[in-house]
Amino acid sequence: MKTEELIRAVAADDKRALPLARFLYVALAAALVLAAILFAIALGPRPDIAAVALDPRFLFKFAVTLLLATTALALALRLARPGAETGYAWLVLAAAPALLAFGVLVELATMPAATWGTRLIGTNWFYCLTYVPLLSLPLLAAALIGLRHGAPTRPALAGAVAGLLAGGLGAALYAAHCTDDSPLFVATWYTLAIGGVTILGSLIGRRVLRW
Amino acid sequence: MTSNEANAAARAHEREAEWSGLMRRANAGDAAAYERLLKALAIGLRAAARRGFNRAGKSDADAEDVVQETLLAIHLKRHTWDASAPLGPWVRAIARNKLVDALRRRGRRIEIPIDDFADLLPNTAEQPSGIVADVARNLGVLPERQRNVVQAIAVEGISISQTAVRLSVSEGAVRVALHRGLAALAVKLKDSR
Repeated sequence: MKTEELIRAVAADDKRALPLARFLYVALAAALVLAAILFAIALGPRPDIAAVALDPRFLFKFAVTLLLATTALALALRLARPGAETGYAWLVLAAAPALLAFGVLVELATMPAATWGTRLIGTNWFYCLTYVPLLSLPLLAAALIGLRHGAPTRPALAGAVAGLLAGGLGAALYAAHCTDDSPLFVATWYTLAIGGVTILGSLIGRRVLRW
Repeated sequence: MTSNEANAAARAHEREAEWSGLMRRANAGDAAAYERLLKALAIGLRAAARRGFNRAGKSDADAEDVVQETLLAIHLKRHTWDASAPLGPWVRAIARNKLVDALRRRGRRIEIPIDDFADLLPNTAEQPSGIVADVARNLGVLPERQRNVVQAIAVEGISISQTAVRLSVSEGAVRVALHRGLAALAVKLKDSR
């Protein structure tokens, strides 16, 4: 087929694809429902959730994880558009770690050094390392499917950012179950769990995000 | 900057604005504007692909494959273009990606300088030469319905409604087969060799 002929066929094809952002949001929303069901079956909210609902440490966990998810989402949408500037966009990813570092500093400044160790180890670290990645899996699948609808020119990087997005959302869900609220715990175990999801996202992305 | 360079820059700017306008019209359903845009882009893509092959020390005999692959990618990923941004950087990023992939498949790991795509200006020496690229071979692997539809519309140049009458199916079915056929071709080209 000559290029002219191919162009004729392409111009005749008037089937429209869904806008990139909408497609990604729909996929993520569906996965969030699935992850929430998984959460309800396997974990459920902590028993004292009403009592701690306004506790700053408890709320801080959601602030950090949701900030990570939203900044990763913004970056993912850029990475999925060929030629979009991503230079400064990477900086937004520093927001969640910066907030977390601030929380850690406040914790260290206000809590006696003797309690730091138990606050860091907590009681649920094994659960955290298991369930954050597990809850993140459907979300990672959705994020990768959403990015496949786009056209990421750097598949491994885009996959890693999808992992951060999924890990952030999965960790926010898990935070409603976990009774370890110290920023020291979050900085250690949440970071490890989300890091694992990020590496997984990068490895899968490298394979499935080519187009 | 010499006055020649200034003129060239002004022309390039004008051309990019024209491209963006054509793509907006295409997205609003103007097939004629879309075809005009794709033809204009193909000329620049061809020049860039040949340049890339030559620089990598490869024969540019397969350059037309890359042109077609890039045009298909532009088409199938056109919803990733932000209509408020210029079209040029988006097209160049896709073209670069496709060229790098094509060279990699041919056994060369190579970094293409982005400058290779800075200028997608038509060059009179590099007009279409009637090269019949790989797509013809790949058409054969499409399911029958898709192959017939793509063949009729692309090669014979008949309309969607005429194709529907000839194949005794609905126009909707022709549209679906055409879209799926093009998507399948893109996958075939990507995985070829």
